[in-house]
Amino acid sequence: MREVLEGSQAVARTVARCRPGVVCAYPISPQTHIVEALSAMARTGELEGCEYVNVESEFSAMSVSIGASAAGSRAYTATASQGLLYMAEAVFNAAGMGLPIVMTVANRAIGAPINIWNDHSDAMALRDAGWLQLYAADNQEAADLHVIAFAAAEELGIPAMVCMDGFVLTHATDVLELATAAEIDAFLPPYAPAQVLDIDHPTTIGTMAGPESFTETKYLQHLRFLDAAGVIEAWSERFREAFGREAGGLAVRYAPDTLDRDREAPPADAGDVVVVAMGSVLGTLQAALPALRREGVPVRLVGLSSFRPFPATALREALGGARDVVVIDRALELGSGGVLTGDVGRALAGTRSRVRSVVAGLGGRPILEASLQDVVRRAHAGELEPLEFLDLKEGGVPVPHHGATEVHR
Amino acid sequence: MTTVHIPFLQTGSLAVGGRLLSEDERSVQSHTDRPSSLTKGHRACQGCAEALAARWVMDTAVEASGGRLIVANATGCLEVFSTLYPESAWKPPWIHSVFANAAAVATGIASSLHAQGKDDIRVLAQGGDGGTVDIGLAAVSGMFERNDDVLYVCYDNQGYMNTGVQRSSATPAAARTATTPAVGRAPGQAWGQGKSMVKIAMAHEIPYVASATPADLRDLEAKVRTAMSIHGARYLHVLVPCPVGWGSESRLSIALARAAVQSGIFPVVEARAGELTDVQRIRERVDVTEYLEPQARFAHLFKPGGEDALARWRAVAEANIRRYHLLGGES
Repeated sequence: MREVLEGSQAVARTVARCRPGVVCAYPISPQTHIVEALSAMARTGELEGCEYVNVESEFSAMSVSIGASAAGSRAYTATASQGLLYMAEAVFNAAGMGLPIVMTVANRAIGAPINIWNDHSDAMALRDAGWLQLYAADNQEAADLHVIAFAAAEELGIPAMVCMDGFVLTHATDVLELATAAEIDAFLPPYAPAQVLDIDHPTTIGTMAGPESFTETKYLQHLRFLDAAGVIEAWSERFREAFGREAGGLAVRYAPDTLDRDREAPPADAGDVVVVAMGSVLGTLQAALPALRREGVPVRLVGLSSFRPFPATALREALGGARDVVVIDRALELGSGGVLTGDVGRALAGTRSRVRSVVAGLGGRPILEASLQDVVRRAHAGELEPLEFLDLKEGGVPVPHHGATEVHR
Repeated sequence: MTTVHIPFLQTGSLAVGGRLLSEDERSVQSHTDRPSSLTKGHRACQGCAEALAARWVMDTAVEASGGRLIVANATGCLEVFSTLYPESAWKPPWIHSVFANAAAVATGIASSLHAQGKDDIRVLAQGGDGGTVDIGLAAVSGMFERNDDVLYVCYDNQGYMNTGVQRSSATPAAARTATTPAVGRAPGQAWGQGKSMVKIAMAHEIPYVASATPADLRDLEAKVRTAMSIHGARYLHVLVPCPVGWGSESRLSIALARAAVQSGIFPVVEARAGELTDVQRIRERVDVTEYLEPQARFAHLFKPGGEDALARWRAVAEANIRRYHLLGGES
């Protein structure tokens, strides 16, 4: 049934239909509508057999999720921004203990300066936490990715973040088709934890590992992570077969002319300018790039649905040896460039591709179609700098030059 | 055959053989089939009162729950000495996540068990004073406020002993630690208001709050048993002397715990729903020096210039005796 829904409502309903045993969260913009909806469903009984726990911090939200997952429940939480950082210690811990918690990250900037609007710097700060990170291009995918996330996380014993752009997706209304409870029941295996706190088979979880075993423990975690790309791809494929629509996957291909998502799209050509992006900006690019194609600019689009694991092979295949790669990056590695650009560059090391970084949409700055078109035109003309900030307002602010010692009080 | 009546100075004391008591009066530890939920072979220091208290707490809780108990442990000595991979000293299902979150992990376990309809399985969280009074306080308070079905036990050795004896907010005034050295004009931990976790717990008006020491294991056991008979958030604060951190002889751990109680420094109390319901009276009052002097962390109190601090400690004990009616009278 197609219905008009806010992104947060769509995610909340889909999560509820995945039948979590424990949902625990602490409110933070722009995640609030998701957890409000789930708490209401827990009260009305729509969310059956589920405990909804209101806690005093994100740190406790993740900690409650850890306890619930270890005790044998499918556990879910949601957060954003400062909240993700506040729970960071427990986020790493959940991954280290192999607890397949699923968490929505309503992507939002990190302060200071405090800013509640969208970019990817929150999830990027935890890129090495040992979690899967799946990014939604739109609200349909945001909802659907949660089903895939539970399935993949539980098969792998690796927790999963579903990242959706704060406000841009969480608060946007769209015509959506949600997976029904019956469909999800048929699709998603029941939660069968690999390790559980069981009084009949007592086990100790979370021991201390010394120098003689820590490396091996991390190596095993690494090996499991190497399996993740295949598992995500397999569940995404099963999802497509079961639901008849695309969601997830690794590197997402788009048709050259229509810019529609198209798994059969050919790899880019060597002479193409390929734009690589993640999240809702992919929709803006789908709207912006056809005009350039009509102008004769050979532009292609490749999206990343999975950021962790980083799908280097799938990305290289989709790029097909293109010389010009432009990464639209929603997070900044200070003094270096875009965060995603770093991973793309590493994946393309040893190839002839030139990777350029366009840092865009920090702290909710709108990413305009015209600005994206300008970037691609200049990339095609060989005029794009290695690192640019989209629509940077220059000229009005006195910028202290290198070596300046003047102190402003 | 003549019958000899033995006067029990301390009912159930192992010193006189708890096994002389009737079955239902015996301590868990005096049963031959005691659970030993914390098995021997762990790496606790000699004279560690935390290891002793934890074993009694755990055995009692396991027994009281009919073996249906899950434990969440904060980072700290207790976790480190009991679970160095690949070994574990714990018999019940046991989880350690991070330092500050034992109470929240326990809430997660309890919530999961409730969602699964396994309400007969009980949940115990435990940590040291650092994991409870300092870094874990928010999570503990949250668990209390929600009245989650968790028994939280704090083993208070009054400092960060696991990391090398640094000061915590449970470190007593004037005590020397690695971060409050006994030098300068005000040696040791600063005099302040302190932080009474028992009072903080009581302020949440949770069903049950109690304090205890390993000097009276029967009392400790009775309090765990009482706590286990109640549902909702419960808190037990156990003072556990630490030979390494306190600079005391290993053989004195129990004597020091007893002196803390008998001097009035550590009130042993019980409270329900925020109301004080029972206080252990001082049986044979001792001066605070009996508690302080055997501890190297207070050595500067017994040198010239330490008189003021000693006097202040006597005042603390007097205030406790007055406040809690530790010598009798109306409470």
